[in-house]
Parts: sequence; structure tokens; C-alpha cells
Amino acid sequence: MTEQKKSAHEQDIDARLRKARQAAEQSDAKSGPNGSRRSGLALAMRLGVEIVSSLVIGVGIGLLLDYWLDTNPWFMLLFFVLGAAAGLMNVYRVATGIGQGVGYRRDDGSNNSDGPAQ
Amino acid sequence: MAAESHGPLAQFEIKTLVPLKMGEVDVSFTNSALFMSLTLVLVTLFLVLGMRQRALVPGRWQSMVEISYEFVANLLRDTIGSEGRKYFPLVFTLFMFILFGNMLGMIPYSFTFTSHIIVTFAMALAVFIGVTVLGFIKHGFHFFSFFVPPGVSVVLWPLMIPIEIISYLSRPISLSVRLFANLTAGHTMLKVFAGFVVSMGVIGGVLPFAFVVALTGLELLIAFLQAYVFTILTCFYINDALHLH
Repeated sequence: MTEQKKSAHEQDIDARLRKARQAAEQSDAKSGPNGSRRSGLALAMRLGVEIVSSLVIGVGIGLLLDYWLDTNPWFMLLFFVLGAAAGLMNVYRVATGIGQGVGYRRDDGSNNSDGPAQ
Repeated sequence: MAAESHGPLAQFEIKTLVPLKMGEVDVSFTNSALFMSLTLVLVTLFLVLGMRQRALVPGRWQSMVEISYEFVANLLRDTIGSEGRKYFPLVFTLFMFILFGNMLGMIPYSFTFTSHIIVTFAMALAVFIGVTVLGFIKHGFHFFSFFVPPGVSVVLWPLMIPIEIISYLSRPISLSVRLFANLTAGHTMLKVFAGFVVSMGVIGGVLPFAFVVALTGLELLIAFLQAYVFTILTCFYINDALHLH
């Protein structure tokens, strides 16, 4: 169907569609690509667990090494500190949006859209 | 009051429905298994029956199906890009399974299987192993460069590499504990406040009752949010494995 053949009714629908699309785009741009409120809440949920889980893994590795090498408690102490460091680093990464756990932000600037806009 | 106790934690008890033994291993069909099967059936019904008409202009039900499809598809596109489409079936299955499991748990007298750490840990471990294998397939032994942060001097490597390995290994723990802890805490809290309603009588019980209503709303939000968090983290992990850094 060509443009001229469109009835007034269809033209009206076209105009309304265009308007609705523009409005949708604008609200998209306002709330960010991921919906900032939703991802903000999701972010808050993640922070607390990060420290604990890294500590658990660190202490676990330490205890296993101690058990294996019979060096109680030195590896546990060492890996406790490493686990705490890993946990803090994870929290820092999540909070600043640098990365999602292991690894840093890639140089090509691709969209890791979970972090807050910077 | 019934003779058996109805503490706030009674809702998490595993009850054997059909006792089964496979050799020495107990593979009984429990209430947890029942609700997982129920979730599978419900998700299938929701998707298949919702798309039955394949209307160009969707009705309400078909809209819900399309919204959930688009939600996950957009998540994948935003976090991984177009390569992420290959992993859509896995991610969508995870999302729908967790979401429906959480929502089923919100129905009174039902059982929330996501409030058991072994269930969430099994899912998290599957994601973790899958992502690690994916990283090895895509990058071979170059995958280990993942544990060396770029821009860190060689002197710091002995410190940074263990830290990175620990934070990598902590992924399945944090992924599973987050889902499990939120669901368990929320449901326990609901039961505790519901208990106050009964014990405080008609007049005093109004306040805790209002609280239970508000908490139920919050729990619905958390049920969705935790499914979302689990899904988006799975996407991030897949993205990490595909692109390293």
C-alpha cells in the first residue's frame, strides 16, 4: 500500500504510533537502559553476600591446605586475609560498576549496564 | 492447636511423599520434588497455552508470555550482546523456573523449594561449571589470563592471583546463598508475624496483620527480584567467559 492510498483513519493511527514510539524512547532514555530503580535494588541485594561468600571460600581453602599439609593454622590465617581482600574487591567492583566479579572493565567500553551510570 | 508444632520453620521441612530407594541412595519423592515438578508443569502450561493462538495482536495471557520472553531476551542483549542469543534457552529456563518456584512459594500452605540451599547451590554450581567449561572451550588455556587483572605489575601477581581465584570460586556460593537466604528469611518473617496476629487477639492483632500484608507485598517483590538477580548474574558470568577481559 502506498502513502497516497492510506485513508485518514490509517494516517491517524500512523501519527499516534509515531508519537507513542517517541514517548517510549524518551522514557527509555530517562530510566537508563536497564531501568535504574530495578537494577539499583538488585545491586543492593548483591553487596552483602559478596563479602561473606569470598570469606567462606578463603577460609575453606585455608582449612583444606592446613589439613593436607598439617600446618594448622597458618594457611587458614593467610587465606582468611586473602578472602577478605577478595570480598572487599568484589564489593568495590560491583558498587562502582567496574566489573561483575572477576576481571576488570574491558577497554572497548561495551555496555556493562548493571552498575550506576558514571 | 494441633498436636504437632507449627513453628515458623516448620514450613521448610522436607516431607517424604513416596518413599523410593535406588540401591543405598534415598531418592524419595518429597514435597520439594513435588513443587519442582509442579513448577515445571505450570511454566510449560503458561508458555504453551499462552501462545496457543499465536495472535498478531496478543491477548492478556499471550502478552504475559511475550513480556517474559522479551524481558530475558533484552537482559541477554544488554549484558552479552547478540552472541548471547545462543544461551537464551538456558537463561530463560533458569529465570522461569526460579520465578515460578518463588511465586508458588508465596501461596499459603505451599512449599518454597528455592528456600533450600541445596537446590539453589545445585543450580549455581551448574551455572558455574557450565561457564568455566565454556570459557575453556572458547579460549583454551588463555582462560587463565582471566585471573591476572590487566594493568597490575608483576610484583603484585602473587597477591592478586589468589585473590582473583578466590573471588572466582566464591561465585557459586554468593549466587546460591543470596537466593536461599532471601527466600528463607522472608518466609520465616512472614510466619513469625502471622503468629503474632493469632497470639495478640482481635484488637492487638491488627497491627501485625497490617505488617503481614505489607510483608507479603515485599516478598512478592523479592521473589521476582531474586529470580532477576540470579538470571542477570548468569548472564554476566557467560559474558565474562565469552570475552574474558
